[in-house]
Amino acid sequence: MKQMKRKLVTASCTLALSIAAITAQAADTIKVGVLHSLSGTMAISETTLKDTMLMLIEEQNKKGGLLGMQLEAVVVDPASDWPLFAERARELLERDKVAAIFGAWTSVSRKSVLPVVEELNGLLFYPVQYEGEESSRNVFYTGAAPNQQAIPAVDYLMNELGIERWVLAGTDYVYPRTTNRILEAYLKSHGVAEEDILINYTPFGHSDWQTIVSDIRSFGSAGKKTAVVSTINGDANVPFYRELGAQGVSAEDIPVIAFSVGEEELSGIDAAPLVGHLAAWNYFMSVDTEENDAFIDQWHAFIGNTDRVTNDPMEAHYIGFNMWVEAVNKAGTTDPSAVQEAIIGVTVPNLTGGYAAMMPNHHITKPVLIGEIQADGQFETVWRTPSTVVGDAWSDFLEGSKDIISDWRKPLECGNYNVVTKTCSGQTF
Amino acid sequence: MTSRIIRWLLASGVLLACLAVSAGIQAQTDDQVLLEVQALLVSPNAPDKTVAIERLAQADHPRALEIYALLLDSKLYFNRADDFLYVIDNVVEGAPALALLSQETSLIERRRDYRRVAINNAQRTQIRRVMAQTGLNHERMEVRVGAVQQLMGDLDQDALTLIREAYVSETHGRVRDLMAVALAIDTLTSGDEAAQRDAISVLGGSLEPRGRVALVRYVEATDQPRLKTLAEQALVGIDQQVRFYKGLETVFFGLSMGSVLVLAAIGLAITFGVMGVINMAHGELIMIGAYTTFVIQQLMPNHIGLSVLVAVPAAFIVSGLVGIAIERGVIRFLYGRPLETLLATFGVSLVLQQAVRSIFSPLNRSVQTPEWMSGMLHFNPVFAVTWNRLYIILFCLMVFFLLLLILKRTALGLQVRAVSQNRAMARAMGVRSERVDMMTFGLGSGVAGIAGVALSQLTNVGPNLGQAYIIDSFMVVVFGGVGNIWGTLVAGMTLGVANKLMEPWAGAVLAKILVLVFIILFIQKRPRGLFPQRGRAAEG
Repeated sequence: MKQMKRKLVTASCTLALSIAAITAQAADTIKVGVLHSLSGTMAISETTLKDTMLMLIEEQNKKGGLLGMQLEAVVVDPASDWPLFAERARELLERDKVAAIFGAWTSVSRKSVLPVVEELNGLLFYPVQYEGEESSRNVFYTGAAPNQQAIPAVDYLMNELGIERWVLAGTDYVYPRTTNRILEAYLKSHGVAEEDILINYTPFGHSDWQTIVSDIRSFGSAGKKTAVVSTINGDANVPFYRELGAQGVSAEDIPVIAFSVGEEELSGIDAAPLVGHLAAWNYFMSVDTEENDAFIDQWHAFIGNTDRVTNDPMEAHYIGFNMWVEAVNKAGTTDPSAVQEAIIGVTVPNLTGGYAAMMPNHHITKPVLIGEIQADGQFETVWRTPSTVVGDAWSDFLEGSKDIISDWRKPLECGNYNVVTKTCSGQTF
Repeated sequence: MTSRIIRWLLASGVLLACLAVSAGIQAQTDDQVLLEVQALLVSPNAPDKTVAIERLAQADHPRALEIYALLLDSKLYFNRADDFLYVIDNVVEGAPALALLSQETSLIERRRDYRRVAINNAQRTQIRRVMAQTGLNHERMEVRVGAVQQLMGDLDQDALTLIREAYVSETHGRVRDLMAVALAIDTLTSGDEAAQRDAISVLGGSLEPRGRVALVRYVEATDQPRLKTLAEQALVGIDQQVRFYKGLETVFFGLSMGSVLVLAAIGLAITFGVMGVINMAHGELIMIGAYTTFVIQQLMPNHIGLSVLVAVPAAFIVSGLVGIAIERGVIRFLYGRPLETLLATFGVSLVLQQAVRSIFSPLNRSVQTPEWMSGMLHFNPVFAVTWNRLYIILFCLMVFFLLLLILKRTALGLQVRAVSQNRAMARAMGVRSERVDMMTFGLGSGVAGIAGVALSQLTNVGPNLGQAYIIDSFMVVVFGGVGNIWGTLVAGMTLGVANKLMEPWAGAVLAKILVLVFIILFIQKRPRGLFPQRGRAAEG
């Protein structure tokens, strides 16, 4: 009886405390929306980013919060369902009144959120490499544009490895299609003949790679050095790499360079047969800098598991979040319009020993790193751009977009400005 | 000034000490080579490592091969504090680190202190070429083949001399053929007319891709019309053979894809086909089988080869029990109500997926391929089949015939057929139909689990594994004819081969669409599938 009484007292105490906490929070917190799928197909990649955001917010609160207020994460689950992304984004902005949203992974989910953040004047920080051809007033692209990943990767293969034949293999959706269009135009402008380029698309989650790997093998046995540029997405990569290993395609004969395979994806495969295959990113966990060591330690402490890896989109959130914090401090308010103006030109350290700056086109500067897969699923950097590269919203190698620039500073304030006709189309994508 | 003197004194002191300690001049120069190599390997510049590999080869150092192997296996690390090289199996705190030069073992205090000595693809090729020179006399045939292929990548005079020497004593047919091709490629550019003629006939009789490339280049460059026609004829012959073997390969790919489809669908052929239960959680039962494989591998990390075999019965039991639980808990209340069953089992499938996400995390788990399942079975240079696919085809047939045996020859099979044909009559004859339902569903689920073991060797082991196969499984069962497991076998194999035949010219996306369209049309024409069930039960 006595015990029960004690229990009741503690219970009511905690209840009272938590009510107090809620009211206190409601009074002076800044809400930050986290819009990542925690269930469904994309949970595999996005759950980690949700945890990263929670870690960054916790860290910021330890440092005393922002503008004298504590930050509060509002986590929602769009369940890998593209229309649901728009609904959840609307909820975050209208109901929860979040100051900024960090989220989305696939291009289609970003496109789904785009009209909502534009309509309600929200802020979206998008942390994943993407196909470009977009620049919105309300979106900040902290992942790589094609010229910050695909083009330097192809340069590396062409100049350092002497590749002459190209297989462009991708999953059948917008990111690989646009990237491959850009790459094809780029390769042809560098004198690669039509018959030396093989383009191949496969459905989402493709699991039977026998024919395609066999095709790659025969394409590569024509006496010219061949490489595969892979924009294969998500789950389809594991059977693809397994088949490469099974059919004995080694990185020394036909290297595969991937734009969507990072430390997280490799942690699900036995990486031993993949040693030497490549990936192009703007960050690798193996990068040897003090900032990175600190970030990894912080991540391990937060997640409570020293085996967990870090990856490129996590760094993008790290940069994006710090930029937003800086911009809010600079503007002295979380008002989206003020932050949009303040954030351009904000420079924060990245994790690879340099700085990232927010450019007027809402893309950031990044170094490009080429890494080779190691047996333990980590990458070893074999090449990096001498300086950082400015993200280009509109590709210089595509017919329709090479004359277009984006500049959100006054007085231009346009995401789609044609420098030849000197007009702003007003369309952001 | 003083510092320079001190440094000089120290250096000479070290030198004297070396001289005094070293047993002979040879040992001392070795150590110097190793010290030099160590300094080069810990450098962050890639070209330094290339120099280090070259230095080891030039010095013909007794430990060169050992160091090469360590570099290839990426087991060589350096300590950031002392810049010494260490051999480490697994970089975790408390694990031993063996100093490469002094051979002293210390324990790792902080894993961040040790950095891997990473080499790139060019350096890996460099090492493999050096190793290939000794590999030509290796006792294992595969190593010799690899060595010749490595040397063929860049046929210089040194390589040719080595191959020529080894050719004399080589006895194995495949290695000899490969060596002959290598020598012929050289003769084609350097020999006189008669020798070139011989070289063309050697290359014409081989399917080695490098030989074909050499012939193509020869046709483009030569100015002797007669030899040119000869080379062109040889090329036509090669291309014909290559086309034939490509066709054979496509059929094998089709059978292999078909066997995966059959494995995934055969459990469903029992639960859906024989019992008539639309089980949307079938894919998740496959997934559970795959996760069982993962868990078994975690339990016996030193016996990867055996673990896959142990996983087969384990997955059958685990998935079977989960299946029985689903049947007892959900499905038995819904017999005769297909729509509710469909919705309920769909719910169960979501629950199982999320349960796996919570228990194992949403990330894919890595299941290793055992040694005996990796590699390829070589028939000739253009036709080789992978062992894992071959095993899966055989495994699929084994499972199929075992199941057939159970259904046709055992008491359980008899009861299952009796209940599915006429429940009331079977009950009147004393068959406990409830128990038979449970056992049948358990059997079908267990077989799905076995399919999961096979799939864990080919694809992702993750929460979405089941979803990828559920549609295909239903497609195969419906196409084959509900209630007929022979139909499932034929349908799975047909769809696999059809898909693979279309893929080369239609592409993977279109091939899949075409197969679906074909099935829709087929079902329109023959609603009961390839092998319709006859008799009164089917009518009802």
